[in-house]
Amino acid sequence: MSTELLRESYEVHGRNFDKAGEVSGNIKALLKEVGISAQVVRRTVIVAFEAEMNVVMYASRATITLALTEDSIELTIEDDGPGIPDIEQAMQEGYSTASAEMREMGFGFGMGLPNINRHSDVFDITSKVGKGTKLRSTIRHNSDE
Amino acid sequence: MNDRDDTKKKISGAAEPKRRTSLKLSEIADLLKCEVIVEGRGLEAEVTDIVASDGMSEVLAGTKSGELMITGLTNIQSIRTADISDACAVIYCRGRRPVETVLQLARNQQMPVLTTHLNMFDICGILYNAGLRGVT
Repeated sequence: MSTELLRESYEVHGRNFDKAGEVSGNIKALLKEVGISAQVVRRTVIVAFEAEMNVVMYASRATITLALTEDSIELTIEDDGPGIPDIEQAMQEGYSTASAEMREMGFGFGMGLPNINRHSDVFDITSKVGKGTKLRSTIRHNSDE
Repeated sequence: MNDRDDTKKKISGAAEPKRRTSLKLSEIADLLKCEVIVEGRGLEAEVTDIVASDGMSEVLAGTKSGELMITGLTNIQSIRTADISDACAVIYCRGRRPVETVLQLARNQQMPVLTTHLNMFDICGILYNAGLRGVT
């Protein structure tokens, strides 16, 4: 197992659209500071941003954990939202349960989870209706990327 | 070539606009008659790809950075999305301009912000005819 170099946790509060994306911005600054390549940073913060927006839209709070190892970046997002009844359906591009208000803000077009999957090297999602959802994304940052 | 082929050739219209490698952001600003609201890191970026959308996740679906983002969405998330995607600039269509708090975020991020009175369809047509293409 690769040595862990860094671990940070961030809290996201739901329904606050003005602040939504701040955590992802902080993650971007951190990864740039430690010298991760621009392409890997971009993929990682897109995953973080899409996940953060889902939390803001649907949950009251979540924790985003960033773990950096010698080989990869792992993002874990765990929220207390309503849960996803049908994950396969939710992963389909274009499928959305967003309100009209969310769409007016530019979100809820049904591309969030597909984008997270697209930009991850490994992606895992578990969810329980009434309890919440947990996403885990792994992005490799070795020289062969 | 028979008459049908000749007709078909005429109906198919003008040849596809030649694909250009890039255009400078400053050249695009001139083409679209933009007003520069925030200069940010400047207008010298070479633009190779465009994303035009009011859906922020559509902006983030692309796999390349450095794109020019065209949008009518003026909320704070438009600038956050541009920063997350590493867009080279944001151009708002239909003369739209964000409020000061959004512009302040753009200044903090050195993100160039421009506006044009053109609508999104016309913007896309002009840039397509100039040889640029959308992000894949």
